[in-house]
Formats: sequence, C-alpha cells, structure tokens
Amino acid sequence: MEHITLLIGLVIATALVFDFTNGFHDTANAMATTISTGALGPRIAVGMSAVLNLVGAFLSVEVAKTISGGIVDESAGIRPAMIFAALVGAIVWNLVTWLAGLPSSSSHALFGGLIGATLVSVGAHGVNGDAVVTKVIIPAVAAPIVAGLASMLATRLTYRLGRNADPAATSRGYRAGQIASAGLVSLAHGTNDAQKTMGVITLALIAGGVIAPGSNPPLWVICSAGTAIALGTYIGGWRIIRTVGRGITDIQPQQGFAAQTGAAATILASSHLGFALSTTQVCSGSVLGAGLGRTGAVVRWGTAGRMVAAWALTLPAAGLVAGGAAYLADRGTWGVTTVGVIGLAVCVAVRAASRRKPVTRANVNDPVDVVTVQVTPSVEAADEVAPAIAPVTPPPAAAAPSAPTRTPTTA
Amino acid sequence: MTIDWHALGTVLAVTLLSTVGLVGVFTLGIVGMSRPGGGGAGVLGRTAAYVCFAACAAAVAYGIDLIAG
Repeated sequence: MEHITLLIGLVIATALVFDFTNGFHDTANAMATTISTGALGPRIAVGMSAVLNLVGAFLSVEVAKTISGGIVDESAGIRPAMIFAALVGAIVWNLVTWLAGLPSSSSHALFGGLIGATLVSVGAHGVNGDAVVTKVIIPAVAAPIVAGLASMLATRLTYRLGRNADPAATSRGYRAGQIASAGLVSLAHGTNDAQKTMGVITLALIAGGVIAPGSNPPLWVICSAGTAIALGTYIGGWRIIRTVGRGITDIQPQQGFAAQTGAAATILASSHLGFALSTTQVCSGSVLGAGLGRTGAVVRWGTAGRMVAAWALTLPAAGLVAGGAAYLADRGTWGVTTVGVIGLAVCVAVRAASRRKPVTRANVNDPVDVVTVQVTPSVEAADEVAPAIAPVTPPPAAAAPSAPTRTPTTA
Repeated sequence: MTIDWHALGTVLAVTLLSTVGLVGVFTLGIVGMSRPGGGGAGVLGRTAAYVCFAACAAAVAYGIDLIAG
C-alpha cells in the first residue's frame, strides 16, 4: 500500500463517494413500497436495507471482476485520472437526479461516465460500441418491461385469489411477504452495486501498478465499499423513495408485495443468466406494473414519463460531464485539482438546494402532488447543469442552486 | 453485433413464471391462514398455508443461494 500515490488515493476517495451516492440513490429500490404501505417504519426500513447491502457486499466478488464488462477496452490504456473523471461525472448526475427525486440508474451513470471519459482521453476505439448496445442499452429497455409485466400479472392474481379474504386477516401476511422480498432486493443490490465500486477501485489500483492485473479486490477495498454503500443506504434517499413509493401510483400492500417479488425475481433471473439489469429500472418498472395490475389504481404517467426521460438521459449526461472532466484532468495536476474542486462545489450546491424543500423520513409518505410541480423545473435544469459543467467555464456553485428558480446568475 | 434473444426470452419466461408462481402460492397461504374457525376447514387451511409458506421460504433460500453464487 506504500505505492499508493496521491492521485490513486483521490480516485479511491471519489469511488467511495460515488458508492455513497449509489447507496442513497437506490434505497428506494428495495424500500420505497415497503415504506409507503407502512409494512416497515422508515427508519427500520433503511436500517435493514443498509445491513443487507453490507452483507451483500461480502457475499461474492464476481461482479467486481468484470466492472467495465468489456464496454471500455481496458488495454487501450486506462489511467487513474480518467477513472477519476468518470466517477465525477457519475456522482454529479446521481446528485442532480436525486435532487429532482428521479430514480435513475446509478450503474448507467457509472457506465456513462466511463464511456465519456474514455472517448475524450483515449478516443472512439477505446469504447466497445457493440458491448454498449448489448450490455447496457438492450437490458435498459428490457428491464422495466419484464419486471413491469411480471408484477402486473402477479398483482392481478393476488387480488383475484384474495378477493374473498378478510383484509385485516391478510394484511399481516402481505406485510411479512413485502419485508422478505424487499430484503432479497437489498441483498442483491449489495452484491451488485457495492461490487461495481470495488471493481473501479481495483481497476485504479491496477492502473496505478499497486496490485497485479487480474487480482481480486483486496479486503480493505471490500470493507470500505460495503460500508460506503451501507451508510448511503442508511441516510436514505427520501426524495426518490417518495417518488417511487407515492409518486408513480398509490401502492397497497398486495401491490407492494407483488412489485417487490417481481423485482427480486427479475434481478435474480437476469443476473444468473448473464444479463446485468439496472436494479433501479427493474424496481421502478415493477412498481408501475403493480399500479397497472390493480383495477382502479391511478398511474401518474407524468411522473413515469419524467422517470423514463431521466433514464434515457443518464448515459449521455454522465458521459458529457465525465468527458469534460477527463479533458481537464488530462491537462495535469492543476486539471485534476480543478475537477476535484468543481465536483466538490457541485456536491455542496446540490446539498444546499435540497435544503430548500427537504424530504425526510418524517414527510416521506406525504402526497407527492405538491412536489411534482416543484420537481419539473429541476429536471430541465438537470439538462442545463450537465452541459454547463462539461466545459467548466461557469462556476457550478451558482449553477445548481439556480435549479429550482433558474436565476440568470449562472452564466 | 448479435442480440441474444434467447437469453432475453429466458429471462422473461423465468421471471414471469417465478413471480406469478411465488405471489400466487404466498397469497394462497395468506388466504388459508385467514380462514376463520378452529374446525376441520380451519385446520386444513392452516396446514395448506404452512405448506405454501414453506415453498416460498425454499424459493427465497434458492434466491439467496443465487446471489451468493
């Protein structure tokens, strides 16, 4: 470990920050419906999810070994500065979508960041276009459809079978079912997403010559990545939990159970068969499906549409930010420092902006209608923020707080 | 570039079957448990319910095994 340079240290720290944002961005996946139906109290729900994420991180290191999944040609010359730029792009996009309360895929943000940084630093030959389509884009389209269809049919079935049963007597059963299936999703999330960060750190260590190529992640990497994602999960991304749990449709215990089971089944089936689906898209899709499966349920297509738009934007937006960051970071130490300072400024700015309309575990189950109105401009602002940061001329400290109000101080 | 339709179709089929099957079996269990009374029907309902829940627990255990593997 004595060979770890300042830059590698910076990459590791940034990877852990990304892992942390990944954690709170994705708490909603497992726990949104559990919280909105009242199966678990908000604090217990995020605590349980955090523990299971941590456990999941230790279960297997298979995903970590194939982090870029052939999307980026590792032999084309990966440098630590590039990985740093990719991570900054992913973090920025994760924070912006979190501010807007949109459940976008953290994995796509990471892939987008890697692709963007590689395109700028290495060139088009460093990116494997085929792999991008077959491993990222097709699963992204398939995931919500498969999960949504499964939970829609399951919701229909469970309402039909239970139509004569006493709701008071069955509610305890549905509650237990929801908790179990949410736990399974949390565990699967830990094994998948915590490992992506482990993979990135391992990649940086290899790129920096600290460990030999092809090594497994060292134990301290597994521990720190697992802890970072668990901490992030425990903080709870209440904004996104509210969108998924209340914004898309009103979830009843039966639907929550069907949605979570569908999500768990989709994630397990696909990862077992070699498809890496986005946990976020699977879970949001299955909630939508559960909404469609109950007669009389209202599905808010406006929220669903914004969510899908965020999915489509994730890859290019994170790529654009990472590309800009990579351009700067390639200039040398001052460039890396600038990217670091700007990234930090964005974090502070988004945090400040989130304080204006805080969503906490106290108000996470309130109706979303009020929020929906306020969310819309931030989604568009997300578009502005990304390109604004890419050339890095305007101070982003001013860019992000302007998101809700769009004051013209940015440029 | 080849799109692996077979794998995609398998994921769809496996997901649909396992989700609908699991939710169905679990719901039957819940309905069985909620049968009122302590007579023969009640006992039969509870026994059937325990069988259903055991099947679901086995499925969850298999799921954890898949995650760990």
